[in-house]
Amino acid sequence: MSDDTHTGPVLAADGTPLKKKLAQALFVSRARAFALVAPLLLFIVISFMVPIISLMIQGVKNDTFSRNMPLTTAVLADWDTTTPPDESMYAALVGDLIQARKDKTIGQVATRVNRELSGTRSMFTKTARKAAKLSPPYAAALQDIDEDWGDMAVWQAMKVASLKYSPAFYAAALDMEYKADGSFERLPERDRIYVYLFIKTILIAATVTLATLVLGYPVAWLLASLPARQSNLLMILVLLPFWTSLLVRTTAWIAMLQAHGVLNNLFVWIGLTDDDHRFSLIYNMTGTIIAMTHILLPFMILPLYSVMKGIPPSYLRAAKSLGATNWTAFWRVYFPGTIPGIGAGGLLVFILAIGYYITPALVGGQDGQMISNFIAYHMQKSLNWSLAAALGGILLMIVLIFYWLYDKIVGIDNMKMG
Amino acid sequence: MAKLPPYTTTGQKIWHYTFRFLTGLVFLFLITPILIIIPLSFNHEPYFTFTSGMLHLDPEAYSLRWYRDIFANGMVNPDATGAEWWSDMWNNAQWIRATKNSFIIGFWATLLATGFGTLAAIGLSRSEMPFKGAIMSLLISPMIVPLVVTAAGMFYFYSNDFNPFVEGKQALAGSKLGVILAHAALGTPFVIITVTSTLVGFDKSLTRASANMGAGPLRTFFKVQMPLILPGVISGGLFAFITSFDEVVAVLFLAGPEDKTIPRQMWSGIREQISPTILAVATILVAISIVLLATLEMLRRRSERLRGLSPS
Amino acid sequence: MKLKNVLFSATALLAVGTVAATAGTLTVVSWGGAYTKSQVEAYHKPWMEKTGNTIVSEDYNGGLAEIKAQVEAGNVSWDVVDVELSDAVRGCDEGLLEEIDKSILPPAPDGTPAEEDFIPGALQDCAVANIVWSTIFAVDSSKTHGVDSIDDFFNTTDFPGKRGMRKGPKANLEMALMADGVPADQVYDVLNTPEGVDRAFAKLDTIKDDIVWWEAGAQPPQLLADGEVTMTTAYNGRIFNAAVAENKPFEVIWDGQIMDFDLWVIPKGAPNKDLALDFIAFSTDTQRLADQASWISYGPARKSSGALVGLYSDGKTEMGPHMPTAEANLKNALVNDFEFWADNADQLNERFNAWLAK
Repeated sequence: MSDDTHTGPVLAADGTPLKKKLAQALFVSRARAFALVAPLLLFIVISFMVPIISLMIQGVKNDTFSRNMPLTTAVLADWDTTTPPDESMYAALVGDLIQARKDKTIGQVATRVNRELSGTRSMFTKTARKAAKLSPPYAAALQDIDEDWGDMAVWQAMKVASLKYSPAFYAAALDMEYKADGSFERLPERDRIYVYLFIKTILIAATVTLATLVLGYPVAWLLASLPARQSNLLMILVLLPFWTSLLVRTTAWIAMLQAHGVLNNLFVWIGLTDDDHRFSLIYNMTGTIIAMTHILLPFMILPLYSVMKGIPPSYLRAAKSLGATNWTAFWRVYFPGTIPGIGAGGLLVFILAIGYYITPALVGGQDGQMISNFIAYHMQKSLNWSLAAALGGILLMIVLIFYWLYDKIVGIDNMKMG
Repeated sequence: MAKLPPYTTTGQKIWHYTFRFLTGLVFLFLITPILIIIPLSFNHEPYFTFTSGMLHLDPEAYSLRWYRDIFANGMVNPDATGAEWWSDMWNNAQWIRATKNSFIIGFWATLLATGFGTLAAIGLSRSEMPFKGAIMSLLISPMIVPLVVTAAGMFYFYSNDFNPFVEGKQALAGSKLGVILAHAALGTPFVIITVTSTLVGFDKSLTRASANMGAGPLRTFFKVQMPLILPGVISGGLFAFITSFDEVVAVLFLAGPEDKTIPRQMWSGIREQISPTILAVATILVAISIVLLATLEMLRRRSERLRGLSPS
Repeated sequence: MKLKNVLFSATALLAVGTVAATAGTLTVVSWGGAYTKSQVEAYHKPWMEKTGNTIVSEDYNGGLAEIKAQVEAGNVSWDVVDVELSDAVRGCDEGLLEEIDKSILPPAPDGTPAEEDFIPGALQDCAVANIVWSTIFAVDSSKTHGVDSIDDFFNTTDFPGKRGMRKGPKANLEMALMADGVPADQVYDVLNTPEGVDRAFAKLDTIKDDIVWWEAGAQPPQLLADGEVTMTTAYNGRIFNAAVAENKPFEVIWDGQIMDFDLWVIPKGAPNKDLALDFIAFSTDTQRLADQASWISYGPARKSSGALVGLYSDGKTEMGPHMPTAEANLKNALVNDFEFWADNADQLNERFNAWLAK
């Protein structure tokens, strides 16, 4: 932003160049606007952005091994991963095991290595218990306790675990293995799970989006075309679920769908099925999709409604009076006008659906679980926080892509509530 | 329902009624689950379904036992009477404790979210605001980022040993403060959205007129701007409150055992001890949402009237 | 800590106008439902009355994960936790639990020191047992007839219908092997080999599509009552309570039962360690343990409590025959091998989850 000096400057009343004066005024009003936003910005950055970023870092950082096994970590750093480990490496390992046993950190270390090579956990705890009594040569002594200490795979797993920063967890989140020599390898078929889960999550979200569109479109249309008095009344039926607690609605669906729930009892009563063959509507993917469709339906109806409200009904009448059939009038005139609403509602529902956790956890049973449930599982049960962070990072990436699309197509300023 | 014009063909009539019928089904889908829990919560039996007695409207089949259970749960001596019962209920009943927590957390989270959010919305709706788009998308993002990711990040960040910034200090995780901060962050997008949308219709010449007549910026704000955006602020605040009131993932990750909220209590109820007590609580919550909905509708109409728009 | 408490009391005061209690608050974590209720009646209430402190009772579904998360993240909020034996041993090994000095435990009424009064294995470095419980399976006897052995649980041809099982490998693998013909005393020998684990999973595979998984101890009676399953594994006390207290037509099948201890532990860095120790000593005395047995059919961990166990709280049901340790119930019973699970829980959990997700 350089000043243009070729033409003579226009001066303000007090003699300063007008341009400068204007710029000053603009700067002040900009600063004033920014000052209003700053407290919230600061708050969101500190209490929201930084935690998420620190979680993402956790996905590539793990110092459990390097912190608790310093000697071994040092020798592993120089190891080329292919020559058999020598006596000095065994000695370092024994030294660390004795210390880790004393510090009661051996459990953490064993768990960390076990994540790289399943089945090694008890090897570490068992050996650590006896480590203090061992005497050189340590290579033989260790292999006496467990012959797997001579196995290269164990040492390679330790090498990967000893890296403070590594892509191992992001690799694991994509069903790949990060090898000690720095290469990646796809896991064998039976161990692959997360890519499948990501795809399943996207499919569930897409199904729910489609279902809300199919159910929501006619409702929004009806609401938009009825006289205000009637549509306001019907709107309550959309807004009440919207304002009702998520947990309440999930509970309601359990009452509706379970084997001896309201719907199944109704089906038996009208003879659709008999007492021994009730439908499995809940604690599986069907339950997840039904409950999520119900919960997210208002998020589709409301944007559709506000777009449809803006299409003058005279368009349809004009099309018909020009000879279009009902279908043509709808498809060629009305529908194109509602596409922005479909985009807004669809993306919003999809973005919300893809991160769903509570509903699948409560009504999803086995096959109705989504990726969020596994993130929570690794945060709270398996305590593999780095893997949870990596899975969360990938999920966040997918969501952000759609958020960006939403911003491009709909514009965040156009988001409306209720 | 509007009368069909006389020239409608039979086909159109069929279509018209089919369409009405189908949308009727969708409305049924929307509302039935919420209404069905109300009678079920008066079930005398510990089931989630209608017993034959209930279907025959036998008064014996209905009872208030699950509503009594809301209070009895966690009380030291639910059979006591008088003042002792009341103090026991107030201090020990699990659901009462959860209700208190929900309101405390909701109150502070709403206060933070509404305060910060309203200021930011005013700033954001000024045309001079720099980096408007980027900042807006950042500030709205708490609504978009999957809750599990947010909650996991906060859990991790608010825990002592992993937070590089507050080494050695008291952890925020496992406390109400952590939950309040999380809920405040989750609530701000709603405040921003509702307040900016009231500001969209705001006539700038009003502030200039006020300044012209000698009012300072503060006076202008409180006397001119505030009354006009107040409905937006209140409904944004209501959204923020209901977000906090309904939120359970952050509570699962961040709250300590004494900080359980109503949804958190429902969550363990559904997962662990499925009793119709949950339905009784749910019924009360539905009643609360009806009240909230009515309030919001009133605010919306008031806002439109103030801004001179015709009510739709 | 203090500052935080003051801050929070102030918060509470401001928002709802209540005054925070001044006495100590102990967070006691257990398995929920009828079991927690029995502890509340037998331990919590008398302790609160005696000491004037408050207990916040919290439910969980077992396992060390939550304790570990709290200890590793440095925000321990639990004071006393009721865990299974293998978890007590493992948690102690991993430094997640406080060691408990056994001299705080009161002797039996006849003067026998606590160390001798407790059943062998009931006292561990970091844990004090309160009950002996058992994983059994149960049926609704009004709907299903003729079930008498663990084989029938895996037999969906003769006994069609869904099966409820706890979501996790523990007890399920053992039951699968017993149903596959492995005698109780060889179960852990077989399970210690990779082939044995494969065999157990293969047996589970045969009914996988019919299994409804539960996590909380309160769920199985509910599943059975709602007709979601025709048979379910469960903790014996839960079925007893549903049958006796709520008159459900449930029958416990003792064949293939797997016994275990539940023990009190204190997570490392618990906020109220002294109160926690006081609570543990109080709740595991002879009388309290006997009292608990009148609320739920779990055996007390002290020998001296046995004589004091009488009737269920309804005043007419004899507790004796409903205990896992009753002579008639021990014909084909297995005692949980805590060392096996302490060593292998992680691997088997992982394998179980992968098996489940497919």
